This record gives sequence, structure tokens and C-alpha cells, in this order.
Amino acid sequence: MGIISRGFRGRPRDEGVKLPPGQYLTHDFPVLSAGPTPRVRLDTWEFTIDTETGQTHRWTWRQLLDLPSETPTVDLHCVTKWSKLGTSWKGVSLDVLMEDVETTAEYALVYSYGGYTTNLPLQDLLDGQAWITYEYDGEELAPAHGGPARLLVPHLYLWKSAKWVRGIRLLNEDWPGFWETAGYHNYGDPWREQRYQGD
Amino acid sequence: MSAQRTAWRDARLVAARAETGAARTLVFKIPGWPGHLAGQHVDVRLTAEDGYSTQRSYSIASATDGDLVELTVQNVPDGEVSPYLVEVLEVGDEVEIRGPVGGWFVWRPSSERPVLLVGGGSGIVPLMAMIRARRQAAGRTPFRLVYSVREPGQRFYAGELRRHDPADAGLDVAYLYTRAVPDGWPRPAGRLTVADLNTHGWPADFEPDCYVCGPTGFVETAADILIALGHDPRRIRTERFGPTGG
Repeated sequence: MGIISRGFRGRPRDEGVKLPPGQYLTHDFPVLSAGPTPRVRLDTWEFTIDTETGQTHRWTWRQLLDLPSETPTVDLHCVTKWSKLGTSWKGVSLDVLMEDVETTAEYALVYSYGGYTTNLPLQDLLDGQAWITYEYDGEELAPAHGGPARLLVPHLYLWKSAKWVRGIRLLNEDWPGFWETAGYHNYGDPWREQRYQGD
Repeated sequence: MSAQRTAWRDARLVAARAETGAARTLVFKIPGWPGHLAGQHVDVRLTAEDGYSTQRSYSIASATDGDLVELTVQNVPDGEVSPYLVEVLEVGDEVEIRGPVGGWFVWRPSSERPVLLVGGGSGIVPLMAMIRARRQAAGRTPFRLVYSVREPGQRFYAGELRRHDPADAGLDVAYLYTRAVPDGWPRPAGRLTVADLNTHGWPADFEPDCYVCGPTGFVETAADILIALGHDPRRIRTERFGPTGG
């Protein structure tokens, strides 16, 4: 336990809620982005998966919406300390998108309109753990929150859930993304409090 | 990653001063502080007597100065941490601090590009660290600050920015007021507009590095305006804070 801050009591403890270490509960949906919000046109929007052998799988906006969708309800944990519980989304599972993709790659580099990137092991995108989402709370996803579509991979800190997602590159070697090269943890498990490099 | 874990350090409050009625600058002495870049932030951890602890992130306001680190904290009504830091914490008290953190929203004195700083409310804090780092390095890179606040009483660092320190030559400061203006002020109260950034910013041709910090709505507006004025989105760095309805 750290040093006691004299006179600090904190909020009443909510014993019913278990949060990852160092997180606090919020009911807002704060926005965090490193740059301007890109405005992405739906008529030219595309999502691609590139494999390590150079094969490309491509979906237009219409094609994405035509795929079977899921409506996950998940908890979000942002590295800036807030957690938001029970958020509802609609999108396509990465399992669906990866169905016809042949790969032995172990790593994924996710990239976005606007230039953002983030990396994670490919297995963290599979088995019902990740979606390309286009609705939040019953509404189309707002640009500030990553619309038209963002990756949702809620078991990792939220910076891994790339806003304005444009594609995924499958790689044999790990390729650190934007925040991962700017001092943040390479993997980012909130339950192990992997916020920064070395955590 | 083989990087070393950033340690929690004991931080003792050695001085404090009010910036406005609801914001306070806190000067912490942090033995072992490794130094920082302008624009970086720290995590502050408070622990109650029953062992409960909570953390928040705050931008650093000061340039590197040995083991002293200044934060300016805006009191957020109903907040859990900021009211304690602004109203309760006294000189001599201790908290824990971890950092510095963040390698993107930073300005390095070695950079020779012109700089445009656009701050809304307490979003001035990391921008002030950049101004102070420039002063400390006797930098000559031209800086422009566009600082939007509700009314004159809400300005942070007003005296320091008014003083025209010779080391601040080449720094232009423009205030924008959204609710109430001083007598005789030429610009009516109102939110940030294209005209404001066109007048007080740099032409896009100068390829300035732009740093925008403030509440989400402010940052979205400012960044959109800068893009509309022709600035390359890759040279617009943003830091957003505060709740949003969206």
C-alpha cells in the first residue's frame, strides 16, 4: 500500500463493482485521440485484411453491413483511468471477417483513417474477443468515438480499439503501433495494469 | 518491452498558489524525478486510511527543474480527486506520483518549426509547460498562443504571460473570451472561430506544429478549423479531456 494522503477519503466504495487496478468508474464516454477527427466518407470506405503472404481481403461499407452482426455488451477500460461498464455495440466479429483468411501470422497491426496504428497478437482478435463495430448504444457510431467504424477489443485498454479503422495487417513479427512507440505498454491488459512500457 | 517500469514516487507538496478561484498550482518535490518533456503528464495516486486508492492523470505545467514538478489542477465539481488537490492538500502533505508519461503531445526545444498553441480552459497547462521550456532554453522558435477562457478571471498564469519576460520574445499571446470580455475589448464574447485562428495562428504555408488542448468540443472545433485553414492533420497534435455527451 502506498503512503496515506492525509485527509483523503475518496468516494463511497461500491463493493458490487470490480474494476481493474487503478481504474475509476465513469458514466460519461470521454474522448481520447491524438489528432483531429478524420471525416470518413462511406462511399469510398473500405476495410481490408492483408496477410503475411500478400493476400488482400476487402470489404466495402455495404458488404460490411451485409455480414452477420453481433451486439456485444462490454466493459471499457481506458488507460487514462476511467472505466465504463455495460456499453452496447453492434458490429461484425473478427471471426467472421477472418473466416476465409489463410494465415499463420502471429501478430496484427491495425491501422486507421487518419494514420493511427495499434498492434496486438492475432489471437486477441479471435474467438469472440473483437469486432468491427458501427453502432454504439443503438445509434450510428459518432465520428469522435471512431465512426463510421472502429475496432472493439474490450479485454485490452481502449487505445487498442482503434477508431476510424481501415484495415489489419497480419505479420510474422510484432510491429509496435502509435502509442506503443510513445511510451505505452505493448500489450495493455487492464487487469494486470499494463499501462506503460515496463509495467 | 525491456523498458524499466516507471516507479511510483513519494511527492511532497512544497508550495501552492491559486491560479483562479477554482484552480490551484501545486509544486511537488519528487526525489529521483528523472526530468520530463514539455507536454507530458503524470499519474497522481491518493490513498485513504482504509487502503482505498485512486489515480488520475494531470499535465505537467513546469519545465524540468531538478526534482520540482508543478501541476495546475482545475477543481471539477463532484470530482473525487481534484477537490482534494485544490482545497484540502496542504504544504508538507504527500501523494504518490508516477511519470513522466506520454511521448506524442510533447514539444522539444531542439525543434525549429514555428509553434501554434491553442488552449481552451485548463487545456493551457501542458501548453504553458512548452512556453516555459522555450524560455528555459532561451529558444527563438516563434510561438503563438491562442487561449480561450470563459472570462478574464478564468485565465491561468495571467501575470506571467503579461510580464513580457525578455526570454519570451517571439511569443505572441491572444486571449479569446467566450462569455464576458474586459471593457473596450475589440472581440465580442464567443466561441473560437475560423477568423480567430486565421488572425492569431500561423499561415499553413509556414508548416507550424500545432498543439491543441482543452475540453473535447473545443479540441474538435479547433482541429477542424486548422484543417479547413490548410494545416496538415499530421502536424496537429491534440489532447482532449473532460466528459462528453457523445
